Amino acid sequence: MNVRIPTPLRSYTGRAAVSATGATLDAVLVDLDRQFPGLRFRVVDEQGRLRQHMRVFVNADMVRDLSTSVTATDEVTLVQALSGG
Amino acid sequence: MTDSTVPTLLVGTRKGLFVISGDASRATWTTSPPMFLGHIVQHAIVDPRNARRLLIGVSTGHLGPTVFHSDDLGNSWTEARRPPAFRSGEPLERSLSSVFWLTPGHPDEPDVWFAGGSPQGLFTSTDGGDTWDPVDGWNDHPMWETWAEWPEQNTPDGSMLHSINIDPRDGAHMYIGLSSGGVFETTDRGADWRPLNVGCISPMLPEIEPEFGHDPHCVRLHPAAPDRLYQQNHCGIYRMERAEGRWQRIGDNMPADIGDIGFPIELHHRDPDTAWVFPMDGTDVWPRTSPGGHPAVYRTRDAGMSWTRGDAGLPSTAWFTVKRQAMTVDRHDEVGVYFGTTSGEVWASVDEGSSWTCIAAHLPEIYSVEHADARVPA
Repeated sequence: MNVRIPTPLRSYTGRAAVSATGATLDAVLVDLDRQFPGLRFRVVDEQGRLRQHMRVFVNADMVRDLSTSVTATDEVTLVQALSGG
Repeated sequence: MTDSTVPTLLVGTRKGLFVISGDASRATWTTSPPMFLGHIVQHAIVDPRNARRLLIGVSTGHLGPTVFHSDDLGNSWTEARRPPAFRSGEPLERSLSSVFWLTPGHPDEPDVWFAGGSPQGLFTSTDGGDTWDPVDGWNDHPMWETWAEWPEQNTPDGSMLHSINIDPRDGAHMYIGLSSGGVFETTDRGADWRPLNVGCISPMLPEIEPEFGHDPHCVRLHPAAPDRLYQQNHCGIYRMERAEGRWQRIGDNMPADIGDIGFPIELHHRDPDTAWVFPMDGTDVWPRTSPGGHPAVYRTRDAGMSWTRGDAGLPSTAWFTVKRQAMTVDRHDEVGVYFGTTSGEVWASVDEGSSWTCIAAHLPEIYSVEHADARVPA
């Protein structure tokens, strides 16, 4: 599936969109980490929780449960979500 | 090719890392372009055992904390393959939000490092900072939930573990500071710990001299006299002769209108009786700016029995804060003292704190300043 990458994570991927596989969002993030080592821990903490100021969309729906199922035709978007200076 | 030494400061800021390099006389300084622009650099340290190696503790507003290391004085960086983190699936479900403090290990253990974080975890690396493990003896100590602030308190920068001090005679003997929590000591490489707060007063607590629960802002072990500790506490300046095991409030010898509240404390690398502090206003709602808005460093040359004000060259009025990692000293014969401000200035004194020169300005909010005389190819 296509995964859209926000600018804070492009130092890992080198590009704005990448391909990844997995039956769940968590599996997709594991696959991203396999391809781009270190990326997952910046997004998901050591207890498997999405970090406070990250958002994940599956197509147009915002999802926080990383066990959510996804399919190869879905598009996953990682979004940075923080205001302030 | 031989190496020469260049006076160097590593400046961690809210928006990246800057390296300030001086000439041999420490009269002229140049600030590098930012590295890690936009990243929160809590602490940047040069390895005293290998002066080409740098470590930095980094996070961003969005991304989790990590460590980067460099073996070429910051020209290139590599992210830790396994950054500091609590164990997955642990009962308390702790998640590290910040790598707040970095300390190189004992000189005889050249690849060992320690990191303190928020929540108040302790982590170690044995491969130069590339892979990290929790120090279970601290993080899983039966008293951790009692000693540490847990659930984490939302003080302005969170609850943090800092001031990791290693006895130069014995790498198994360490001290740490918890804000809040107090000073703790281990003599078995972190397998077990005990509070070390006797004599330290916390007037704001129901019991003013509790066994733990204090707020040591910065704790320093003297490298040449490792049985002597100094502490800039939330509630005063203290010194301990370890054999006595009791903190003595040396801040009582500060001028009454200045007080003895502050964040950093720095020690002379040869003289155990000389130290520097940067007093802050701890009245009313604790503005944490210089008392009266008049910045000054105070120096003692008699182990805290008396203090001398050093403000020549500093602005007569200013309203910045100097954070606990934002003051440092070099190892020159006439020691250089440096501090960075929340308003993005770096000030230097090459006469041991008597007079000051601004060597960098208009930087982001400064979190840490560390001396790092860098060895560069001559």
